[in-house]
Amino acid sequence: MKSILKSCTALALCCAFAGQAAAQAMLTEIGPGEGQVDIVAWAGYIERGETDKKFDWVTKFEEATGCKVNVKTANTSDEMVALMNEGGFDLVTASGDASLRLIAGKRVQPVNIDLVPSWSTVDDRLKNAPWHTVDGVHYGVPYMWGPNVLMYSTEAFKEAPKSWSVVFEETTLDDGKSNKGRVQAYDGPIHIADAANYLMFHQPELGIKNPYELNEDQYKVALDLLRQQRTLVARYWHDAFIQMDDFKNEGIVASGSWPFQVNILKSEGKPIASTIPQEGATGWADTTMMHVDAAHPNCSYMWMEHSLASNLQSDLSVWFGAVPSVPAACTDGRGMQTAEGCTANGLDNFEKIKFWTTPVTKCESQGECVPYYRWVSDYIGVIGGR
Amino acid sequence: MSAGAHAILPGRGGLFGTLSDVLWRNPRLTLFLMLTPPLLWLGIIYLGSLFALLAQSFFSIDEFSGLIRYEWTFKTYAELLRPSNLDIILRTVSMAAAVTLASAVIAFPIAYYAARYARGKWKALFYLGAMLPLWSSYLVKVYAWKLILAKEGILTWIFAKLHLTPVLEAWLALPVIGGNSLSVSYTGTFIVFVYVWLPYMILPTQAALERVPESMLEASSDLGGSPAQTFRHVLLPLALPGIIAGSIFTFSLTLGDYIIPQIIGSSRLFIGQAVYAHQGTAGNIPLAAAFTVVPIVIMGFYLWMAKRQGAFNAL
Repeated sequence: MKSILKSCTALALCCAFAGQAAAQAMLTEIGPGEGQVDIVAWAGYIERGETDKKFDWVTKFEEATGCKVNVKTANTSDEMVALMNEGGFDLVTASGDASLRLIAGKRVQPVNIDLVPSWSTVDDRLKNAPWHTVDGVHYGVPYMWGPNVLMYSTEAFKEAPKSWSVVFEETTLDDGKSNKGRVQAYDGPIHIADAANYLMFHQPELGIKNPYELNEDQYKVALDLLRQQRTLVARYWHDAFIQMDDFKNEGIVASGSWPFQVNILKSEGKPIASTIPQEGATGWADTTMMHVDAAHPNCSYMWMEHSLASNLQSDLSVWFGAVPSVPAACTDGRGMQTAEGCTANGLDNFEKIKFWTTPVTKCESQGECVPYYRWVSDYIGVIGGR
Repeated sequence: MSAGAHAILPGRGGLFGTLSDVLWRNPRLTLFLMLTPPLLWLGIIYLGSLFALLAQSFFSIDEFSGLIRYEWTFKTYAELLRPSNLDIILRTVSMAAAVTLASAVIAFPIAYYAARYARGKWKALFYLGAMLPLWSSYLVKVYAWKLILAKEGILTWIFAKLHLTPVLEAWLALPVIGGNSLSVSYTGTFIVFVYVWLPYMILPTQAALERVPESMLEASSDLGGSPAQTFRHVLLPLALPGIIAGSIFTFSLTLGDYIIPQIIGSSRLFIGQAVYAHQGTAGNIPLAAAFTVVPIVIMGFYLWMAKRQGAFNAL
């Protein structure tokens, strides 16, 4: 068994080195399209008007370039990493936790930004973001980003809650009833970062610099806060549609959430609104990255340009409740998005958002941090009542 | 000439003829050739992958880097004994036991009626009724139950119309099995588990009841046995193998399920969810593998006990 594993490891290493060699050959000019491009993406990220006729940012690209777009949807970052490791794809829309893993694993290649003319229109705050730029090398172009907002019921709150305390501490809400059993939290270990973010504001003496980099003591306090939260939460949310159902049928009035759910519930006429409280919030930022062995590099570069220059940024931000990586897409009328829409989705809150990264042992802000796999097992314990 | 000499006929010649003769003369060879491909399939695809998985559980994850260390150790199994992990195991096993008991109690009268009284069209209808839920999508059923059990759902509404709301509230106020509403309590998880696995209990129980001869029940009452005595001393022991066969399904299916407790319940993990979380998001494959071993061991004991009860005699 052990020898098999050893040879597997050796094989994997060989692949990694082969990949490295390929990675150095960065494209310097775009040739004619290869006729297709294969993309791994989040559900709802690449629409060709089949779900809703109004939302189509693929057909025109296919007509203009002759590159047929094939999409494989993935549900988790881990699935994305697995698919990219298997190979056979050109592009992936990777979130902050997957992107660094892909770079470290040498599954994606550096991108020559000179070949993407619209790079200059990208939000300056994203151009050198640490989740796709390593040692000054760009490994992709920004796709979309968004905050994890505090969604609340306007019936239970007279005005927007100012603090995340409504989901962490027991209080009496504006409708005169306790928040016990009426709030939710995300059913994923990354929620520990939300607790750390809350502590960063309310207990500065702990010295938390980054909610994804916690030492043993800070981590322990964060877990205690989450244990307190457990007494308030009847069920944690995992699936966006179940959460919407809980707001409609379970009497839930406040929870961390995505603009996606908020927009859908609002469009159904439900008394729902969202806010980013004084502590700030966590968030996600996705990047289009290119596989080291991409079989269709020319079409891939064309798609990257298309993703920044076309109606995609604008319409997708409406569709998904996200913020475009190209700020001009909010106002120049290339799609349906408007300045108000971008503000509602969080455009002005960039500074308040701590973008998701995977916690690792060797962290920048302090010597040694608690790694992600412990976040997983401890969060299971917290939900189980330990 | 003896009679035996006539029995040995000359070979028929030809490739297929010779082959046929050889196979006929050597039944063991025939058996070997017939069994090898399926056994290889079983050995490599089924058991091979199972052992590869079991082997993973003897590795451990490096505390600092989060990488997997390929050295034999029992450290991962020791981790299973942590209170939070023991909780998960206990929670899952108690739920599986409760679901199995409830399914057996509910399934028995249904199976009894279907086996003894339903005739012709009604019998077909009963089979259909038991099988129909198995044909529709499992996820649709679970989501439907979420709506039924919700705080503002149909069940709460019915309780309110019948002026029984205090009963529901008293039930939900109970520790452990209660909660904020039925859909976020163990009671809700339990109801949905029983609903989803019930057909697997009805069918084997019905098959067992159909094999109990009518004359035995008549003989029991002729000898003065009351209906209760007949049930306890004649019917139940004869039907027990069927019930145990059904319980193997309900018990093991509940042990491994990870979708129902995620949609309906209090978010506290069951074994299936723990495996999913450790394997899927944490990359802690050794612990996920160790968790997988738990249901295997439990089912091993269960089958051993079921065998002693004679559940497999009728196979």
